[in-house]
Amino acid sequence: MAENIRFHFDVDGENFTSAGEASVAVKKKLRQLGFPPDVIRKVSIAMYEGEINMVIHADGGTADVEVTDDEIVIILADHGPGIPNVEMAMQEGFSTARDNIRALGFGAGMGLPNMKKYTDEMNIDTEVGVGTTITMKVYL
Amino acid sequence: MNLSQLTEALELDVIAGDTADKVWHGVYAGDLLSRAMSHVKLDNLWITIMSNANVIAVASLTEACAVILAEGVELLPEALDAAVDNGITVLSSKRTVNELCIAIHEAAGK
Repeated sequence: MAENIRFHFDVDGENFTSAGEASVAVKKKLRQLGFPPDVIRKVSIAMYEGEINMVIHADGGTADVEVTDDEIVIILADHGPGIPNVEMAMQEGFSTARDNIRALGFGAGMGLPNMKKYTDEMNIDTEVGVGTTITMKVYL
Repeated sequence: MNLSQLTEALELDVIAGDTADKVWHGVYAGDLLSRAMSHVKLDNLWITIMSNANVIAVASLTEACAVILAEGVELLPEALDAAVDNGITVLSSKRTVNELCIAIHEAAGK
């Protein structure tokens, strides 16, 4: 690949209806580029969960995807409240989502665990009161 | 049994998309979106009582064959728009989730 392919999205923090639009757009692009279904599935799930987390907890943020010769890198950055206890947040079933969010079908406490499960590398850089940046990589 | 045959056999209502030439493999039933995200597989039928636009996003990302809304749940307007925009087939039934699972199992066995 001559040059890496990059996508950038602003994730609207107040709009649950459009949550997931960036993930759906990336999925379509990856399909057009001819990536295998399992790679597309991994990227789609991980990115969707991250996107939803930014809407639920951080009033939105940005999503950047870079496709290189040997990996797809997803960087999700927000200026939300940060994650006080990452170890606890990584446990399946742990959730701080409010009841109105749960009523929409979210808040199962599977977001971060799914992101880790479906990517080959995941790094969480978070600071309480400052924000969170999550970098995920799916190997090609 | 393809999707249009199943739709006819179970008297499902077609809310969005079409059933023609669609073939389904397997069923997932559940309402928590992260669980569905993780477990709905390519060409699955996904049975749920959730009816918001996020259901359509999950169905699209997981490449489900169709969403079946149980218990006569109605798709919210923004979800209907999203289903049409993304070409997602949404069906509906008065049956409960459990009744749908049994009916699909029986219909597929014939």
